[in-house]
Amino acid sequence: MDTQQSDARPVLEGPDIARVLTRIAHEIVERAKGADDVVLLGIPTRGVFLAQRLAAKLEEITDRKIPVGSLDITMYRDDLRMHPPRALARTDIPGDGIDGRLVVLVDDVLFSGRTIRAALDALNDIGRPRAVQLAVLVDRGHRELPIRADYVGKNLPTSLRETVKVLLAEEDGRDTVLLGAKQASPGAQQ
Amino acid sequence: MSKILIRGAKVLGGEPQDVLIDGDTIVEVGAGLPAEGAEVVEAEGKVLLPGLVDLHTHLREPGREDSETVLTGTRAAASGGYTAVFAMANTFPVADTAGVVEQVYRLGQQHGYCDVQPIGAVTVGLEGKKLAELGAMHESAAGVTVFSDDGKCVDDAVIMRRALEYVKAFGGVVAQHAQEPRLTEGAQMNEGVVSAELGLGGWPAVAEESIIARDVLLAEHVHSRVHICHLSTAGSVEIVRWAKSRGIDVTAEVTPHHLLLTDELVRSYNPVYKVNPPLRTERDVMALREALADGTIDIVATDHAPHPHEDKDCEWAAAAMGMVGLETALSVVQQTMVDSGLLDWAGVADRMSFKPARIGGATGHGRPVSAGEPANLTLVDPAYRGTVDPTGFASRSRNTPYEGRELPGRVTHTWLRGRATLVDGKLA
Amino acid sequence: MQRHLISAADLTRDDAVLILDTAEEMARVADRPIKKLPTLRGRTVVNLFFEDSTRTRISFEAAEKRLSADVINFTAKGSSVSKGESLKDTAQTLEAMGVDAVVIRHGASGAPYRLATSGWIDAAVINAGDGTHQHPTQALLDAFTMRRRLVGRDAGLGQDLAGKRITIVGDILHGRVARSNVDLLHTLGAEVTLVAPPTLLPVGVETWPCEVSYDLDSTLPKSDAVMMLRVQRERMNAAFFPTEREYSRRYGLDGDRMARMPEHAIVMHPGPMVRGMEITAEVADSDRCTAIEQVTNGVSIRMAVLYLLLGGNEPAVTHSRTEEK
Repeated sequence: MDTQQSDARPVLEGPDIARVLTRIAHEIVERAKGADDVVLLGIPTRGVFLAQRLAAKLEEITDRKIPVGSLDITMYRDDLRMHPPRALARTDIPGDGIDGRLVVLVDDVLFSGRTIRAALDALNDIGRPRAVQLAVLVDRGHRELPIRADYVGKNLPTSLRETVKVLLAEEDGRDTVLLGAKQASPGAQQ
Repeated sequence: MSKILIRGAKVLGGEPQDVLIDGDTIVEVGAGLPAEGAEVVEAEGKVLLPGLVDLHTHLREPGREDSETVLTGTRAAASGGYTAVFAMANTFPVADTAGVVEQVYRLGQQHGYCDVQPIGAVTVGLEGKKLAELGAMHESAAGVTVFSDDGKCVDDAVIMRRALEYVKAFGGVVAQHAQEPRLTEGAQMNEGVVSAELGLGGWPAVAEESIIARDVLLAEHVHSRVHICHLSTAGSVEIVRWAKSRGIDVTAEVTPHHLLLTDELVRSYNPVYKVNPPLRTERDVMALREALADGTIDIVATDHAPHPHEDKDCEWAAAAMGMVGLETALSVVQQTMVDSGLLDWAGVADRMSFKPARIGGATGHGRPVSAGEPANLTLVDPAYRGTVDPTGFASRSRNTPYEGRELPGRVTHTWLRGRATLVDGKLA
Repeated sequence: MQRHLISAADLTRDDAVLILDTAEEMARVADRPIKKLPTLRGRTVVNLFFEDSTRTRISFEAAEKRLSADVINFTAKGSSVSKGESLKDTAQTLEAMGVDAVVIRHGASGAPYRLATSGWIDAAVINAGDGTHQHPTQALLDAFTMRRRLVGRDAGLGQDLAGKRITIVGDILHGRVARSNVDLLHTLGAEVTLVAPPTLLPVGVETWPCEVSYDLDSTLPKSDAVMMLRVQRERMNAAFFPTEREYSRRYGLDGDRMARMPEHAIVMHPGPMVRGMEITAEVADSDRCTAIEQVTNGVSIRMAVLYLLLGGNEPAVTHSRTEEK
C-alpha cells in the first residue's frame, strides 16, 4: 500500500458508502426483475468485499440466498509484461456456476476499463452467463476502452494527476474514498 | 655484442650485485663491475634467479597442435622465466619410442626458447600393460631419464615395481601420476562437502594417497627412487614426510594451482577450474604450502595443460581437465610462498630450479648464479602488481584459472645460455 | 537480476511459499471447463531434454500450454547433439529462433547453471533436472503435496512446513530429488531425515541440514511423510548393496512398515516406482500413497514457476546465486 497522502480528502465517508450500496442493490433487483438468477463476482481485493456487502443487501431485500464469489483477473491483464508478476488472488465461483445466469461484476473504481476487459476474458474461460453487468463504487472517468458501468455509486470527475483510493473496513479498518494528488512514486493509485 | 651486465640485481633475493655474462657463461659476480663493452640491464629492485626448470609440462606436440606446440609452449615457458621444461609423454602418438622423444627434443632445440627434455612413457601407449622401451629412449638423442604415464596412473603394482627396478640401470626415475583408477571412475572434482552439494562425481583424496603409499613402499623394497607428480592432499604430504623420515628415496612436486585454489571455486561450474588431480580444500592447500616450505615437497611443477577454448566452453562434465600454468607459476609461488613469508627467494630458486634440474638430470640447468656457470637466468620484478590477462599469453591456449585475478611479480628477462629469450617482458 | 530457477537452495522461504500459494491458484484452473490462461501468450518456451524423461517433459509441456505459451520440444536423441554439437551451440541456435525460456534436462550436473551464467544466451533457464545435482520443481511439487496433505489446502496458504518431519529413503548419492528436497524442506522449516545404506549416501552428507539414519524402522514412527526414492537395480552390480532382496528387506516400504507410521502420515514417491524394490504394490496402491497426486501437482507447480519467472517484466522470485557478481 502507498503511504497515505497528507493532502488526500474524503469524497465518500462510511455512511455514504453504505447508502450507495443499498441504492445499487435496489437497482439490481429492479433491473434484474427480482434478481433470482444473479451471481455477484467481486474483483480482488476490494471488489470482493463490496460484492459480499451487496449480496447481504440483496438478501435483505429479496429474502433469498445470493451466490457471491470472486474473480481474479491477474492472469488476464494486458499489462503483465510491464510489472513484475503479481501474487495471484483467489477466484471463487459459487457452486452452481455462471452458465445462463446474470453475472454482476463488482469493483471499487472504474478507470481505464482494462481491468473489466480482463474480467470479461476471464469469465469467458469459466462459463457462458446469460448477461454480464458491472457495478462500481466510483467511476472516475478516463476510459481507454468502450466499457461502461451498469451501476455506479458515485461519478467522480478527476484529472489524471489525481488518485482515487477506496478504503474498506475489511481490509483497511475503515470505510472511505479518498481523492488526492498523484505522488511521484508509481504506487497503487487507480 | 656478447657481453651483458645485469646491474644491481638481488641475486637469489640477497644483496644487490652485478652479474657479468660473456657468451653463454657467467664470468663474474660482484659489486661495481665495469660496464665497458657490455649491454647493461638495470636490475635495481629485481631478483635474479637461476633459470626456472619445469619437470611437468604438456607441450601437446605431436598430435594436439591446436592446443599447443613445442614452439608456443617454449615461448610460454620463456615468458614465465623457464629455461628448461620436461615435456610429458601423453601426446599422439604417445612418446613411448625413441623416435617420438627425439622429434620433440629436436623441435625444442630448433626453436631455441627453452630446452625441452622429453619424458618417456612408462608403458606402451600409456596403457599400463607392457613396459615401453625405456632403455632405447634413454639412449636416444633425447637422453630420457624421467619416465611417466602422466594422465594415467601406473596402477598395476607389478608393472610399477618393474619400472622402478628397470630404470635404475641408467639412473632413470619414474614419475607417478598417483590416481587409483577404480576409486576415481567418473570423478569430476574433489570428493567432499562441495561435490556432495554440486552432485559431481567425487575424486577422493584416498585415491591419490593409497597409490603414493604403495609406491614409496615399493621404492623402498627395490631400492629405487620414485617421483610423485602433482601431489595434492594433506594426507599425501603425511605419507611423503613419513617415507622421507624412513630414508626412502622419494621426491614430490606440487603445482601452483594446488598452492592457491580450492574446490570452492567449482561452485561456479566453470570448467576452467577442472583439473586432475582436482582442486582440494583449504586445509590441503595450507598443508601443501607448509610441506613445500619444509622440504617435504621438493619442487613446484606447473602441470601446464593447454586445451582449446571449445574444450572448456561447455558443461563441466564434458570439459577437458587441466590448466595452463607456465606464465603464471612464479607469480602464484610469490603470492603463496614468498609474500606469505613461508619461503625466501633462495628457497624459490631451490624449489623451481635447483631441485627440479637435479631430479630430472637436466645438466646445465639449476646451477648457482656464480662465475663459470652457464648463463641460464631469470630476472623477476617482485614489486609488480597486475591482473592476469590471458589474451597476452604466449601459449596457444587460454585456459587459465587466474583470469582477472591480481597476482604479484613479473618475469622481465630470461636468458638461455646467455641469449635473451625474454626482454622487458617481451619475447625476443 | 536474472530470471532462472536452477537450484532449490536458491529459493528463500518467502519465494517458496509464494510459489506454493500461486500453484494453489493454478490448481483451480484444472477444475474449469477451459483449462487455459492467456498469461504467456506470445512467449516461446523450449523444452530442451538431453536426457529421456517423458514424465517431466509432458508435465512442463502441460503447464506451458495451460499458460498459452508456444512450446517447442527438443530432445537430443536423433538430433545434431548426438552428432557432437555442443550445449552452447544448441542453446544459441534455439535462442536465435526467439526463445524466451529454456526448460533444460541434462545428464551433466551444473549444465543449467552453466547455461544461465555463461553468457551464451539471454533466455530464462529452468532446471528440469541436472545430473545428480538438482531438480527444483520436483522439490516444489513435493512440498506442495506435503502442505496440502499435512497442513491443508486452504489452511496451508501462506504457510510453510515448520515442524513437519519428513523422511527420505533410498539412493541419496545418485539422486537429485533428495538434494533438492533437503534444501527446500529445510528452507520451509521441516525436519528432514535421510535413510539409506551408507554406500548410497554422499561423502559430505554430514554437512547437510538434515539428520542421517541407516535404520528405517526406528525412523518411521517419527515421520509425517515418508518419501521413497527409486533405487536402480543396476546399482547392485557396482556393489552399492548385495542383492535386491536384501535392499528391500532393509530399506523397502511394505504394508507392515507402513503400519508403523503415524496414522496421518503419507507415503510419497517421485516416480517411476520400482514395485517390489523400494516399495510394495500394497503400499503404492494405498490411499496414503500420493504418487499420482504428485503428478497432478507437478503441473500446477510448473505453471506457478513459469508464471512467476516469465509472467512479468522481471521475475517475482529472487535468485541470489545466479546474479552476476
